[in-house]
Amino acid sequence: MGIENGLSQTFEITGNDFSKAGSISTTVKEILQEIGIDSSVIRRAAIASYEAEMNVVMYADKGQLILTVTPEKFTISVEDEGQGIENIELAMQEGYSTATEEMREMGFGAGMGLPNIKKNSDEFEIASIPGKGTSLKMTFNLDTKKEK
Amino acid sequence: MTLKEIKEILKAEVICGEEHLDEEIKFAGGSDLMSDVLAFGKPGILLLTGLSNAQSVRTAIIIEAKAIVYVRGKRPDKEGIKLAMEKGIPILSTQYMMYKTCGLLYSQGLPGVS
Repeated sequence: MGIENGLSQTFEITGNDFSKAGSISTTVKEILQEIGIDSSVIRRAAIASYEAEMNVVMYADKGQLILTVTPEKFTISVEDEGQGIENIELAMQEGYSTATEEMREMGFGAGMGLPNIKKNSDEFEIASIPGKGTSLKMTFNLDTKKEK
Repeated sequence: MTLKEIKEILKAEVICGEEHLDEEIKFAGGSDLMSDVLAFGKPGILLLTGLSNAQSVRTAIIIEAKAIVYVRGKRPDKEGIKLAMEKGIPILSTQYMMYKTCGLLYSQGLPGVS
């Protein structure tokens, strides 16, 4: 698969559908592997994508994940319609969580999601309107490796 | 340590991936929190967990775990087994609880993820 002209693919995420949760990130990972991107970058992207996808499933009504690949970098944007985040600064703190008991039973909701996403991305942007939704943009550089 | 040895140490049942039992496992990590697993997991890890839903298998795929051991007799659901078989991830289930499972493997020379 050539990426000279770039590639963009959109995936729909359904809120509260735990049976499918994570499947989009698995597909994204496979696409990145087919393109031949460095495995350490794929790993970081897959983790960030999975956490973001789980956030939509857990907290939003629905959302979209858009993967855009260019020769220099790729981005994973996740936009959702849902409750949004009241206090982003607080949500970015490790351990802070508004998860329900059900989410915790799924193995999530430990307050690690957003910090994990930020840690694994080369660039990370977040914006949210309470009551409307949240958008995340994660950028991964293809030329330089971020040391972890 | 091979998966076969791990199976014997833990008196574990092989739920899927019998054909991968000769594979070498170099380190392991245990948690029921998938966000923690995503944060500490490294490729090739043996994942020990008590969380047996499909998310545990998806997490294992994302972090490129070598195999999963479910503790305290847990078994994955059908969706989880199907996913693991598709991706070639062997699944074992032991009756031992998390602490004992970790202790047995560690004392037999299997280190934790560093």
